[in-house]
Amino acid sequence: MDVHSNLSIQRWTNLSLGVTIAVAGLFALLAVGPVFLPGNILDKLTVLFIYVCLAAMWNALAGYGGMISAGQQAFFGLGGYLAIRLSEWGIWPYPALIAAALLAGLSALPISAIVLRLRAGEFAIGMWIIAECIRLLVNLDPIIQGDTGRSLIALSAFDAAERRIFTYWLALAAMGIMLGVIFLLLRSRLGSSIQAIRDDEEAAASVGVRVSTAKRIIFVIAAVGCALAGALWLATFTTFQPRSFFGIQWSAYMIFMVLVGGIGRFEGPILGAIIFFLIELWLGSAGVWYLIVLGFSALLFSLFLPKGIWGYIEDRFHVLLLPVGYRLQASAGGPAAGPREALR
Amino acid sequence: MSFLSAVIDGVLLGGYYAMVACGLSFMFGIMKIINLAHGSLAILAAFMLWMIAEKLGYDPFLALIVVVPAMACLGWLLQRAVLERSARSGELVPILSTFGLAIVMENSLFEYFGADTRSLAPYVGSLSYDSFEIGGGLYVGELAVLTFAVAILLLGGLQLFLTYTPLGCAIRATAEDPDTVELVGVNSRFVNAVAAAIALVTVGLAGLFLGLRSSFDPYVGSMQLIFAFEAAVIGGAGSLWGTLAGGVVLGIAQTFGAHVHPQGFLLAGHGVFLLVLVARQYFSGHYLRAFLKSKLG
Repeated sequence: MDVHSNLSIQRWTNLSLGVTIAVAGLFALLAVGPVFLPGNILDKLTVLFIYVCLAAMWNALAGYGGMISAGQQAFFGLGGYLAIRLSEWGIWPYPALIAAALLAGLSALPISAIVLRLRAGEFAIGMWIIAECIRLLVNLDPIIQGDTGRSLIALSAFDAAERRIFTYWLALAAMGIMLGVIFLLLRSRLGSSIQAIRDDEEAAASVGVRVSTAKRIIFVIAAVGCALAGALWLATFTTFQPRSFFGIQWSAYMIFMVLVGGIGRFEGPILGAIIFFLIELWLGSAGVWYLIVLGFSALLFSLFLPKGIWGYIEDRFHVLLLPVGYRLQASAGGPAAGPREALR
Repeated sequence: MSFLSAVIDGVLLGGYYAMVACGLSFMFGIMKIINLAHGSLAILAAFMLWMIAEKLGYDPFLALIVVVPAMACLGWLLQRAVLERSARSGELVPILSTFGLAIVMENSLFEYFGADTRSLAPYVGSLSYDSFEIGGGLYVGELAVLTFAVAILLLGGLQLFLTYTPLGCAIRATAEDPDTVELVGVNSRFVNAVAAAIALVTVGLAGLFLGLRSSFDPYVGSMQLIFAFEAAVIGGAGSLWGTLAGGVVLGIAQTFGAHVHPQGFLLAGHGVFLLVLVARQYFSGHYLRAFLKSKLG
């Protein structure tokens, strides 16, 4: 008696196929954006792309790797700093931005040796202290001039309109590539390992998942993504100040975006970043109140809606926009497999 | 001679760190929660003391009569409204909720009190800068000695409370196994709320000494959290006297670091912390056992 004979595992649904095509179309449209969008909109979109990138990285760490970090600003700041450092050494500024992100990713390897064995809250504050250490060390570099900071002077070789478009394209590409990396990662064998670790680290280890390797890979990818975001932030706003680049507010933003959007969901951080971006547009000028609202929403979401808005929508309406999971489907005539059996 | 005085300064500074860390360590030991709002709560206590001193003219030590019970109530409330609920959803949620709370608290304090730095030192006469000679031309600050003494009393008091009182035993039992204690008639929800209240009482005291020894503003809470965490981890999280040892090691490292370079104060403290982390991971009992097993078995 095989009750499973008429069940099939499905990865692509019609919806997810359609959405994937739509996403590809949207990317193509955004890529030609500079042709028809005014400059200030391009600047705003650049910021949005950076937010999406940050949120996706934090979600990869926390939602898939089970690592809640209060110190991803370590890599955000390092990306900005290294871009300045490399360009002062005479490297052309745009390649310097990318090289900075890769170098920051390299620095994540020794850091991972220190922090990856820490659990839960210890990892969170441990990363925060790492970020503080890197800030203090960066402050020792004379070109940074302490808290005064330094501008990416080499960028002034380009005229403002050119610079805006280059940065826009780079940010769009960074967002696309980092989301693509996470997407492929989740569909790979490693993706299943990582989600197994998130659900239960010990159980995963007991069935042969190489926990530390999987965590290290995700840690390094998140470091590269955050550093890329930091380098792009520098390209957008040109001045590097250690206190603002290494500030804890970046962690607050990332936590807000991921928690509100939906932790552990591929689409969650994207939705969260868009919400954060809109709130910032409306409330950003309110200063302190805006931060109180962010903190309070993080508190409320963690207590009452821990899966975030997207998690809620997904549970409620059983939609899978992008094919990162599997779905158990009954063929006609068989016992109906409820959509609840959608696996993520 | 300056070497000796740096050691003494470091040890005394360690007393302050032990006081900040003991609430964090206590909460972690009992409820397995690291409260990221810990530092901001200490700042809140400091601001309450400052308000009472400034507006009503009471000595901050006297003001503790009001602030300590207020902090205890806050601890109870925190446990019931936030920690209990988040702890039920796994070990990651309390980090997120207490982080959110910390952001709300520090920005609300900023909204209300503004960016000005405050200090409790002006309300206690000359205590904050008086010092006395301990022989050999060495001077120690009165406040630093008082802080150290209070830290020892606090840790000792907590130790005695946990060892000898029925409630203390219930707290230790709940820390071991919250489900089993229910079977022998202990209300673990009540016990955890008491533990949170006690933790916040120590946070209130830490706020007092923070305000006495340095100036503070709404955003220095995160630094206090980091120091507390470092002291707790260096000393072995969850252990009370370990917290004192951890605080002393941190204090000595920072004092020496400050002699080497202006940035050295913080860097040396973080450096010792990271060294301890690495040592704990690669030379701890776990690894030692695995190593021995591979050799013997």
